[in-house]
Amino acid sequence: MAETPVIDVRNVIKDFPSEAGVFRALHGVSMRVMQGEFLSIVGPSGSGKSTLMNIIGCLDSLTEGQYLFDGRDISAFEEAELAHLRNGSLGFVFQQFNLLPRLSARQNVGLPLVYSGRSRAERDAKAEELLGLVGLAGKERSRPMQLSGGQQQRVAIARALANDPRLLLADEPTGALDTKTGREVLDMVRRLNRERGVTAIIVTHDPGVAASTDRVVRIHDGRITYDGPPTAEALAGAGRQVAADGTPA
Amino acid sequence: MLGAMLAEAWSALLANRLRSILTMLGMIIGVAAVIVMLAIGNGVQAYIERQISSLGTNLLIVNAGAARSGGGFAQGIGTAPTLTLDDAEAIGRLPAVAAAAPVSAFSTQAVAGPANWLTAVTATTPGWFQVQDWFPDEGRAFTEMENRQGARVAVLGRKVADELFGANDPIGQQVRVRGISFTVIGVLPSKGQGIGGADRDDAIVLPLNSAQRMVQGGGPFRRSVRTIMITVERQDELESTQEQISQLLRRRHRLAPSAVDDFNITNVSALGDTFKQTTGALSLLLGAIGGISLVVGGIGIMNIMLVSVTERTREIGIRMAIGAPRSAIRLQFLLEALMLSLAGCLAGVLIGGGISLFISRFLPFPTVISPGSVLIAFAISAGIGIFFGWWPATRAAKLSPIEALRS
Repeated sequence: MAETPVIDVRNVIKDFPSEAGVFRALHGVSMRVMQGEFLSIVGPSGSGKSTLMNIIGCLDSLTEGQYLFDGRDISAFEEAELAHLRNGSLGFVFQQFNLLPRLSARQNVGLPLVYSGRSRAERDAKAEELLGLVGLAGKERSRPMQLSGGQQQRVAIARALANDPRLLLADEPTGALDTKTGREVLDMVRRLNRERGVTAIIVTHDPGVAASTDRVVRIHDGRITYDGPPTAEALAGAGRQVAADGTPA
Repeated sequence: MLGAMLAEAWSALLANRLRSILTMLGMIIGVAAVIVMLAIGNGVQAYIERQISSLGTNLLIVNAGAARSGGGFAQGIGTAPTLTLDDAEAIGRLPAVAAAAPVSAFSTQAVAGPANWLTAVTATTPGWFQVQDWFPDEGRAFTEMENRQGARVAVLGRKVADELFGANDPIGQQVRVRGISFTVIGVLPSKGQGIGGADRDDAIVLPLNSAQRMVQGGGPFRRSVRTIMITVERQDELESTQEQISQLLRRRHRLAPSAVDDFNITNVSALGDTFKQTTGALSLLLGAIGGISLVVGGIGIMNIMLVSVTERTREIGIRMAIGAPRSAIRLQFLLEALMLSLAGCLAGVLIGGGISLFISRFLPFPTVISPGSVLIAFAISAGIGIFFGWWPATRAAKLSPIEALRS
């Protein structure tokens, strides 16, 4: 069966105009992610991995190339269509959790559903279900400030899942957590991936995190230098395993 | 979605309670000022209207002219015996005139048994009751026949009846005015304060002929009256009738075309219009001050909303990342601005209402808070909220999600 990839990035170039001239952050990046995959994007800071993540997350436009999300070319999407796509098909998890401090855990989890026009009853029911799923039953009324870092990140994961997205996009989800809690959060994403078939991409610079994923995409100076299983060499980082044309070894 | 956004806007304002209240202060002061001004303005208007209509409808008042010495030294209205009972009768025969009543008035002590009371005596013809549109509710008015015969009958104002007779029925009792005894045949219903604050119920009305000797004495003032009160059939005939009366009196008084009038005609409702215009202009001025305060309040809202957008850039980024369209971001900040202005308006209306009620105690009339003025206050506040909230809200909506998240 010719399955449609969730993510299909084709020769994407991203330029940032600056005073010193045009800075090219991505030099023709291509990658595909299939439904149910669990992968990490790794690379040092300034490598272009954040830029790639923003493009995959439909937060930024690309300069050249093509990006098909679920088979749809989103390069031509209007701002409102992108917002709709982010709301319904993407779930974000950030390093700093990015919960709204004024809202309770339940309200935070239900927030994406506000923008998809669901009723309060639907939002609360879904939020409670998801908080149960991430092991925070009973914390529905807590504000982010009353929760530990790990708990906050689990609320953020529950929020990311509110609209049953096609893709969970996590940017350094363990970066602000201690090793043990980071491990727990990672295990949770892994479990969601296995049990619910959630496609997950984790952007990280931590080899330990990358090692727990099924596939590693290494990016360096705006080019993909490795794309394959999390071998020790791949994680060590020199990354000579990719041919000059960008295709994986 | 709107319900959730309203709840969020409310919680955002609550989260910065002190700041929200301080921001609203401009609106509160502006709205309260507008409400108080409109309440006073409406109160004055209603008061004047009541006063004017209590004088009688479509009323013209002719006063005797000033006596002039050879040097042109005018001594003031009523100092010359220029108006006569015959003038009053001639005016009464004009087709547009419904009734004309010659009036002489003086102050004197009224005595009934052991009680006595200083009051204003009005000596007039039965037409006076019609001109004033004021008829006894107890007993009756005197008739033309009684006037002609000089019958010793009197109609009392409510205040005089109470002062002289207390709880007893005054009808049929005797009241002595300047040594002459009159039988009380009627009591006028209470009318309250007149223009200038005099109590209109503090009055005795006597037939003109019966009071003649007390009033005029003799000499040039015999058969003369100081004032003729006239009611005109229709309001649109007031001015033309005023002109007719003027010509009639000039003819009767044989005034040369070059001579000045030896009488003075006042159109009371025109006087009321002047009053209303003056108070209207005053209300407008004070309302404008309130309006300026509202605009300043609106700028305060814009200012704080801009601060809020800057402070909450990250929140905006998060909302955009989880799928809020720009329109929803704009709506959220607009709702907050709107809520600030409307909450300020509500507080302003309540405070303004309280102040209006409070100052009513020190004014001779009640202030009037009309539903219309409250509605106007809310409409203006909503307009200010949207107008001054638009720019900050648009700024929020235009943020780039990546930039906003990075902040």
